[in-house]
Amino acid sequence: MARVGVFICHCGENIAGTVDVNAVAKAALDMPGVVHAIEYKYMCSDPGQTMLKDAIAEKKLDGVVVAACSPRMHEPTFRRTAEEGGLNPYQCEMANLREHCSWVHEKAPPTTDKAIDLVRLQVEKVKRNHPLKPIRVPITKKALVLGGGIAGIQAALDIANTGSPVLLVEKSPSIGGHMSQLSETFPTLDCSQCILTPRMVEAARHANITLYTYSELEKLEGFIGNFKATIRKKARKIDEKLCNGCGVCQQKCPVKKIPDEFNEGLSNRAAIYVPFPQAVPNKPVIDLANCTYYKTGKCKACEKLCPTKAIRFDQEDQIEVHDIGAVVLATGYKTMPVSNFSEYGYGKYKDVIDGMKFERLASASGPTGGAIRRPSDGNAPQHVVFIACAGSRDRLKGVPYCSKICCMYTAKHAMLYQHKVHGGTATVFYMDVRAAGKNYDEFVRRAVEDDGVKYVRGRVSRVYEDNGQLVVKGVDTLLGGEQVEIRADMVVLATAVQAQDGAEELAQTLHVSYDPYKFFAEAHPKLRPVETNTAGIFLAGACQAPRDIPETVAQASGAAVKVAGLFSQPELTREPIIAVVDRQPPPVFSHCVGCFLCKSACPYQAIEEESIKNRQGDVLKVVAKVNPGLCQGCGTCVSTCRTKAIDLQGFSNEQVFAELMCI
Amino acid sequence: MSSLKVGYYPGCSLVGSSRDFAESLHAVAEALSIELCEIPEWNCCGASSGHMIDHLVSIALPINVLLKARKAGMEQVMAPCASCYNRLATASHEVATSAKTRQQVEEVLQTKIDKLPKVMNVIELLAQVADSIGPKVTKKFEQTVACYYGCLLVRPAKVTGFDKTEDPVEMDKLVAAVGGKPIDWNFKTECCGASFSISRTCVVGRLGAKIMKDAIDRKAEAIVVACPMCHSNLDLRRGEVNRHMEKATDVPVLFITQVIGLALGIPEKKLGLARHFVPVKFPAKPVATQVVQ
Repeated sequence: MARVGVFICHCGENIAGTVDVNAVAKAALDMPGVVHAIEYKYMCSDPGQTMLKDAIAEKKLDGVVVAACSPRMHEPTFRRTAEEGGLNPYQCEMANLREHCSWVHEKAPPTTDKAIDLVRLQVEKVKRNHPLKPIRVPITKKALVLGGGIAGIQAALDIANTGSPVLLVEKSPSIGGHMSQLSETFPTLDCSQCILTPRMVEAARHANITLYTYSELEKLEGFIGNFKATIRKKARKIDEKLCNGCGVCQQKCPVKKIPDEFNEGLSNRAAIYVPFPQAVPNKPVIDLANCTYYKTGKCKACEKLCPTKAIRFDQEDQIEVHDIGAVVLATGYKTMPVSNFSEYGYGKYKDVIDGMKFERLASASGPTGGAIRRPSDGNAPQHVVFIACAGSRDRLKGVPYCSKICCMYTAKHAMLYQHKVHGGTATVFYMDVRAAGKNYDEFVRRAVEDDGVKYVRGRVSRVYEDNGQLVVKGVDTLLGGEQVEIRADMVVLATAVQAQDGAEELAQTLHVSYDPYKFFAEAHPKLRPVETNTAGIFLAGACQAPRDIPETVAQASGAAVKVAGLFSQPELTREPIIAVVDRQPPPVFSHCVGCFLCKSACPYQAIEEESIKNRQGDVLKVVAKVNPGLCQGCGTCVSTCRTKAIDLQGFSNEQVFAELMCI
Repeated sequence: MSSLKVGYYPGCSLVGSSRDFAESLHAVAEALSIELCEIPEWNCCGASSGHMIDHLVSIALPINVLLKARKAGMEQVMAPCASCYNRLATASHEVATSAKTRQQVEEVLQTKIDKLPKVMNVIELLAQVADSIGPKVTKKFEQTVACYYGCLLVRPAKVTGFDKTEDPVEMDKLVAAVGGKPIDWNFKTECCGASFSISRTCVVGRLGAKIMKDAIDRKAEAIVVACPMCHSNLDLRRGEVNRHMEKATDVPVLFITQVIGLALGIPEKKLGLARHFVPVKFPAKPVATQVVQ
């Protein structure tokens, strides 16, 4: 006869505020097989767990039901407690009285009745549980970091410094990301390149880091500790070993009028190019869409002039497959395309630019060498208007969330402008100034008080051109809603931060969840901010939410620690919730008839064929076998099996039917 | 030829101050085989005053109109006046999105609100038959024009669903279809002052002057509108506008239906052109001189 203990948690008021927990405990005692039932305020706390452990010993329990929150939250906690109390951890089940009951129903007797039913289900199930052993799998101690911006660089360096090899994959020709494009950084105004480029070089030279620039992840298979990553190295059309980065090719390339991505289109580049002088690696790439040779079959000027004969027009993409133990996603962000802000005249007026263009104008490595010159005529603008929240916090035409970095970089832009154009006027239109961060508000005050930036609280309704001059029309809500019109020479839009293009497809490829705005979702918003719901895949930087540099770096180091923690174990244990084909004795026996419908149904290619032989070695029957390393326990094969030969450990047909029959 | 049948809500403007809009609309509809079926016993939409007095009134009045249209079997209702259109569309949107408002309106009107007819403006109606306009053009409307949408036709975006709220182009497309040259200008959707025309005429003069100035600076020979208030504020109030501009201007203001009517060769009288305060005259085009070799 079973001896089941039921432990009901109040979860503070979360459950007890709606469900009569005492009534549930009383009802549980009447259930067949239950010998012990108690309720307590916080079952997951130390005293709560001790109660569970003690009860197992005192009442000689052989099964435990914890009626509390979702098993996603605390099943591992209570299974560990049960194990410490001397039970097999898989003899512990959870009834979800919080998410499935108290949070979704009002306080009424039927809610308590439902809670009792939920407990009854688990009691019936736990009585039929069998002790299970976790599956042990080896770990490949090599990490894949996707994205070579500051997040990816930091994560790669931190992992590499623990001694594990790292593959750093970046889709563009150089690592560095958005940070390499920035001029100065808030709140200290230190130069972005000066602090970033040494890190880029360090990443490239690190013995444990292999750089894959101009490369993309094509496929990721497998599971934590045992991923298989397929990486496509796009053809640069250059022999990287021979190229010494002299730059003759890009000087001599006859195609020179291609808008330069690194300078946000403010200058031009050639068809063979290094994105920027400090690029890592400092090796050019041929832009196939614009190269004369690929368009007409003639030219090859670079090939003729290359002193080391490094040009390879016939180079093909290379596919490499690597065994990987963990993945860090650091794919970054993009800023909202401003074409949908027709009221701000973007696209129509050359001198209405976005923040990233301003960064290039203010940067010493930019097209103007750091002098603020407006794009239309190259003159220094005497009055610049900055519009914060272009698209952010705009439910109708933009995104509802705050992009977080814009208040700070707008203050920085205005400040840099005041430093560089003496006597100029900078006006900022803002909704609120959100400057929460170490030394952030002080930085904004400095812009206002020391540098004389004018802050106008209000929205801009329209930017238009009057006789060749931009007019910014807005409202000053602190002046009693008065309309203001400012004649400006240049307008800078602080456009919203959005998820990178292709984030959704990538998330689907990797089976990582994402939010409605296509930012990757963390496993828990507070307690597991760098992990995803897919074990072994971690997050760093702005691919998860808008982030500034300090936060990105901190998160990247956090993700690296998670990877290092994983790699520090000798082997991994996996939940034994997998399918098994019945092979009860005698040895030749199985219900399986070898139809292999399960094989075609399995999404993880976990079904193998196994021959059952007699002692003479004659094959009697070919049956299905589940590879425990690949099976994810989805149960699809169980439902397709015609002879009921497959069962899911921990969720057997017997257990599930017992649950259903007791309602 | 198959005709398009739509419910028609004239509102007070089309039978009062904007009879020229009504006349041209009917003439163009006839030419394009659109049958306008007036909603039987229609009532006031509430327009400017309704929503200033009581929110419920401002929703219940237009819903009552739409219920009458529904009763008469109409699937869609076209309101030429931008203000009427905005009220009808807003009320529809509110009862569709708020169960509470719907219940209150049902209580007031003592009727159950079932499916309501779709509300559209004159631009949307003409856009539906845009393809059939081109072949019927007998006299191209070869003027450079500023298409002026005003505020009520396009906003708020969640209610109107207009093409691009801040830079609409539907009217520009219609004008181009009959040979006109729409200009890119700054004040397509600026406020003209609307009903302040009566209570604070000087505001209308100030706002109208800005609109007229930009259109004239960009060489517009006519301003095309689809709203009775836009029309009266730029036409009837031109004296006040001119006073603010410190300049006598004579650029005419036409309804989109008048522009299309002229291009279709409909006589000026049937289009109500004579009712305008600013005479509808266009600068003489330089006659092409024949080059003798």
